[in-house]
Amino acid sequence: MAGEVPTDSAEYYAKFFNEMKDSEGNVRPAYKQLAKFLDGLSLESLATKQEAADALFRRLGITFAVYTEGGSTERLIPFDLIPRILHHSEWDLVERGCLQRVKAINMFLYDIYHNQEILKAELVPAELVFKNPAFGPRSVLIFRRVYAHVAGVDLVRTGERDFFVLEDNVRTPSGVSYLLENREIMMRLFPDAFNGQAVSPVGNYPERLLENLRAVAPGGAEDPVVVLLTPGRYNSAYFEHVFLAEQMGIDLVEGVDLFVRDGYVWMRTTEGPVRVDVIYRRLDDDFMDPLAFYPGSLLAVPGLLSVIRAGHVALANALGTGVADDKAMYTYVPRMIEFYLGEHAILNNVQTYMLRDPKQCQHVLQNIENLVVKEVQGSGGYGMLIGPASTKAEQEAYKARVLQDPANFIAQPTLTLSTSPTLCNGNIEPRHVDLRPFVLSGNETSVIPGGLTRVALREKSLVVNSSQGGGTKDTWVLERGAC
Amino acid sequence: MLSRTAEDLYWMARNMERAENTARMLEVSFRLALLPTSLGREEQFEPILTIAPGDDDFHERYDALTHENLVRYVALDPENNGSIYSLIRNARENARARRASISSEAWETLNATWLQMQSFDYDEVERWGFRDFFDWVKERSHLFRGVVFGTMLHDDGFRFLRLGTFIERADNTARILDVKYHVLLPDTEKVGGYVDYYQWAALLRSVGAYRAYRRIYHDTIYPWRVAELLILREDMPRSLHHCYAIVLSTLDELSKEKPLECRRLAGQTHAQLCYGQIQAVFREGLHEYLTRFIEDNHALGSQIQEDFLMTPMVMAEAV
Repeated sequence: MAGEVPTDSAEYYAKFFNEMKDSEGNVRPAYKQLAKFLDGLSLESLATKQEAADALFRRLGITFAVYTEGGSTERLIPFDLIPRILHHSEWDLVERGCLQRVKAINMFLYDIYHNQEILKAELVPAELVFKNPAFGPRSVLIFRRVYAHVAGVDLVRTGERDFFVLEDNVRTPSGVSYLLENREIMMRLFPDAFNGQAVSPVGNYPERLLENLRAVAPGGAEDPVVVLLTPGRYNSAYFEHVFLAEQMGIDLVEGVDLFVRDGYVWMRTTEGPVRVDVIYRRLDDDFMDPLAFYPGSLLAVPGLLSVIRAGHVALANALGTGVADDKAMYTYVPRMIEFYLGEHAILNNVQTYMLRDPKQCQHVLQNIENLVVKEVQGSGGYGMLIGPASTKAEQEAYKARVLQDPANFIAQPTLTLSTSPTLCNGNIEPRHVDLRPFVLSGNETSVIPGGLTRVALREKSLVVNSSQGGGTKDTWVLERGAC
Repeated sequence: MLSRTAEDLYWMARNMERAENTARMLEVSFRLALLPTSLGREEQFEPILTIAPGDDDFHERYDALTHENLVRYVALDPENNGSIYSLIRNARENARARRASISSEAWETLNATWLQMQSFDYDEVERWGFRDFFDWVKERSHLFRGVVFGTMLHDDGFRFLRLGTFIERADNTARILDVKYHVLLPDTEKVGGYVDYYQWAALLRSVGAYRAYRRIYHDTIYPWRVAELLILREDMPRSLHHCYAIVLSTLDELSKEKPLECRRLAGQTHAQLCYGQIQAVFREGLHEYLTRFIEDNHALGSQIQEDFLMTPMVMAEAV
């Protein structure tokens, strides 16, 4: 099937958990069917399919915007044809773990905006909450105490049953549109690959999301008006905003389309103002209301905050969820799970050094070449240092940044991310992958089976972010009894 | 529907229609340039710049009015906002902003058109043949309208698309007809002579009305009949009358019984086209008549903007 892989590369990748094959080179049960299917294909025909996939993505306009000088350009996220497969027993662990985390996080958010029991119990340092820039105005009338209606949990795998959470994204996580489109493209290009195995369908995500959004409408409106609020076409996730609005059949609005009058939010339509009940917002807190936050923001809706406070419009995700998803609060999630649910965390946290602590800071500075150092509020793989992959000079420069404001940084050991077979340079080679399952909360909490698998296409790279040249794969969950 | 959605749909259709008609105008100029007249070939191109505004801009950026420069500027120049390139880009941007409100087929059609448009440069178009390029633009526009008609819900969004198409087409037909006014007959030629005949024939062909003329009139090509066909015949799909019949009925559906000013304006122009006579048009002067029509049509466009596609400022005062 595959051609020769360079020896040093093969040696490097041999150290990591391989999703498809065990250490003896035997194909794992979940991959048996796929391996058989791939064996029947030549590398040439895979290359042809790859071209077809790229053309399809381009024609369908599945792109993300990249800010460049003088505007923005659209790029394709590289798509890899070889799916990543999870056996139902593996998925079961991931699913239960994600549900548990998001439940605890929602309870935590409700708690800190109400009784603050966890702070009184001194399980989470109060200043981490009160000094957090995302600690916002208290929202009222939160339906079923849900703050994070949509969450994306970033996971990496290091062994058979070893999944580690890298971060919990509970503000406005992106990527679900790629998850759904990847499946569409796979079913279009490789219908035969699905034969003989039960791959869990993912297509009803928009429907479930809409159901949850309708459920949180204030005053139990019978036919609530739900809109999706986007920062606009220059946002990197604009494709996703359009995609979800289209799939849910709701209006895609920008700040200028909305206004506040008589204590309610309205949108401007060709037939006059129409009242809005629920806003699925893909805009950060700070840009929501220029009267309350950034005064000059053109993305915002003046007076929106007062309507939220009056309980006349529901926001998903609620304002102020960001408190729970920064990289410092992350270390306390296992405690939240114990405190609120009385359970042990199913998914592991990565050992994390808090540089706000002078001792830990010193340890990190001394061992920086073995660690990954990140900004607490950073995202997209920007502003981080990967110790083992950096030069002495880069390490020194980074140390200087850390010393200016240690509290703004955390550090973690470099993880041995698992690898997945990936079409690279005309060969099938192992590449590092992560996984972002999406958790929906509303009437019920559920996880879409699979998630977005991101893959580091560059050889030996551990960075999977699309802004750093990462790609994506379709992610299959095999249903019970399938293998 | 959301005002800004309506606005993007309206302009999406206007942009595509204008791209098509710009190709038609280029085509009529190229045909006229093939005629043996004592007029310099280059001068035949001047009207294109007059009617598709951009005269000053062109002369600032290009040294001479040649075949090649005209195609570069009117078809391919990204810095000319009225070029076919820019119009297709704008239509696709409108579509991208409103993907959730149009059918996926409509989006894919525009996206594919834009992807292909980007691959053209002058050499490519020349190799291909100019006529083939103009045909391509027309086909992409036909395809767009067909896809809209065949796949989109016939709701208000669809109506705003139709409105954009026919407001733009009315403007463009009037401008194409006016080309003949700008392309003066050389002094050595007489009105009704063969040069005059070929000029009118070229014009008819450019709007796909040559066969229709023959079918209806069974006669040689006379200017007043060409004008009658393109102004007053309701069954001629690019005529002013036809465009206004659709504009008016679409506005009726959109206004939902409200006495909107745009409806009144459209009704007034429609009545003139319904009951007008071609003799009266020529008494006024064809050029004068068309100029007045273009102004009225423009005023209607602005009124539609005000009545439906309210900007936030206007809206803030209204509520």
